[in-house]
Amino acid sequence: MTTKFTQDHEYIRIEGSTGIVGITNYAQEQLGDIVFVELPAVGTVLKKGDEAAVVESVKAASEIYAPVSGEVVEVNSLLTDAPGTLNSDAENTGWMFKIAISEASEIEKLLDADGYAELTL
Amino acid sequence: MADNSADNLKQTPLFERHVAALGRMVPFGGYALPVQYPTGIMAEHKWTREQAGLFDVSHMGPAFLVLADPSGDTNADHATLSAIIEPLICADIAGLHPGQVRYTLLLNESGGVIDDLMVARSPATPGGLYLVVNAGTKEHDFALIEQAAGERARLIRADEDHALLALQGPEAVNVLSALVPQAADLGFMTHGAFAWGQEELLISRSGYTGEDGFEILVNNSGASELWDALLADARVRPIGLGARDSLRLEAGLPLYGHDLDETISPIEADLGFAVSKRRREAADFPGATRILAEREGQLSRKRVGLLVEGAPAREGAEILDGNGQPVGVVTSGGFAPSLGKAIALGFLPPALAAPGTRLQVSVRGRAQPAEVTSTPFVPHRYFRKSL
Repeated sequence: MTTKFTQDHEYIRIEGSTGIVGITNYAQEQLGDIVFVELPAVGTVLKKGDEAAVVESVKAASEIYAPVSGEVVEVNSLLTDAPGTLNSDAENTGWMFKIAISEASEIEKLLDADGYAELTL
Repeated sequence: MADNSADNLKQTPLFERHVAALGRMVPFGGYALPVQYPTGIMAEHKWTREQAGLFDVSHMGPAFLVLADPSGDTNADHATLSAIIEPLICADIAGLHPGQVRYTLLLNESGGVIDDLMVARSPATPGGLYLVVNAGTKEHDFALIEQAAGERARLIRADEDHALLALQGPEAVNVLSALVPQAADLGFMTHGAFAWGQEELLISRSGYTGEDGFEILVNNSGASELWDALLADARVRPIGLGARDSLRLEAGLPLYGHDLDETISPIEADLGFAVSKRRREAADFPGATRILAEREGQLSRKRVGLLVEGAPAREGAEILDGNGQPVGVVTSGGFAPSLGKAIALGFLPPALAAPGTRLQVSVRGRAQPAEVTSTPFVPHRYFRKSL
């Protein structure tokens, strides 16, 4: 199991042919108090870089992009009732959606943990 | 226009304090100011509603208007100055008693709002006026006032050599009176000059959060010391611009450049109270024809509050009727921490402006339910002195 990162502060945890997508702890810190999360519908087919979800803080709305192409197979409905989970546990219970990865080669182009850590220094 | 490029940002005298407190600094009105501190907007907002929040509002435009050639009779001087400024605004300034503060509007010839501002008959400048205008509009406002004054009066800007602090919340009076005991005697919308050590503080019992509170003008030399002295009280926390905005939105107060602009009249903006009776009767303010007709009901749009279900509807979001037809626009909106839901201000035709009217707002192309509601969203808790 590996975790990869985008330049836009999404993470994707790879479990076989499925990816679990969310925003990084760094991203939630930057956004501040998160008050609303809009998740994609299960079955949505996304291309890498498509807008997949929206996270709203008190101040502003931020788009979340698909780190890889694929079909949304599950969403974390916990976030609908408790959007603050993104602030308290973004990289675990605050995951946003699961995607059936259609282009495995796209994973290689994402940042690894060291590359991402460098980005957020 | 305000220059927000990082190189040209001005710093307030409290810049170092904000950085030391780990404030997240952003460009605002040409200044570098904290949008929030580490506890975050939600906690800062709630703290202000429950205890006392301290805001740096030094980016705003405090100024004094004084006669070039005062007679020495302060009542006569006040009357002369009132006659200079009243043609620009809709308030009865001549009728102000010493120490009174009034919220008013600078108007253009068609009755649109150039800015909203505070005008006080200040004991600090006998026979003079103390004004506070908005940051983004201050150069333009000051130019208009100087033009109106001509040779008769001088505008003395206080924004370069002073800091302006706002202490807001139910504990504000207890905190401030520990430093300046007489400040507790101020009534809502009154103003006085007080000594604090070597400093003279100009204190108004006013603010823009819906809470009881004070706005304090202090020389740059004493600004950091006053900031520290207020924060030494455990009931006080520094609050950033983010919570300032969510507090004023919950209080249903319009923000210039968003809910007010040069096309919007005071009546449309639901600020009819700011058009004084004497001025209405004389019909002697800019745009009087339009404003008085609107007051009689000839109105095409009106500012309302909206309770929004689901995602926050922010500035620019369309307001839709039951058939999905656009009927208005959100001018500011966001999340109300005290209510735990989305709220907005916007403009609607009067026929749709009654509280309880069911409408929709379009957020990212999706229609969400919304309901017109009376404002403020959270009741004001200004200090009303019993007589």
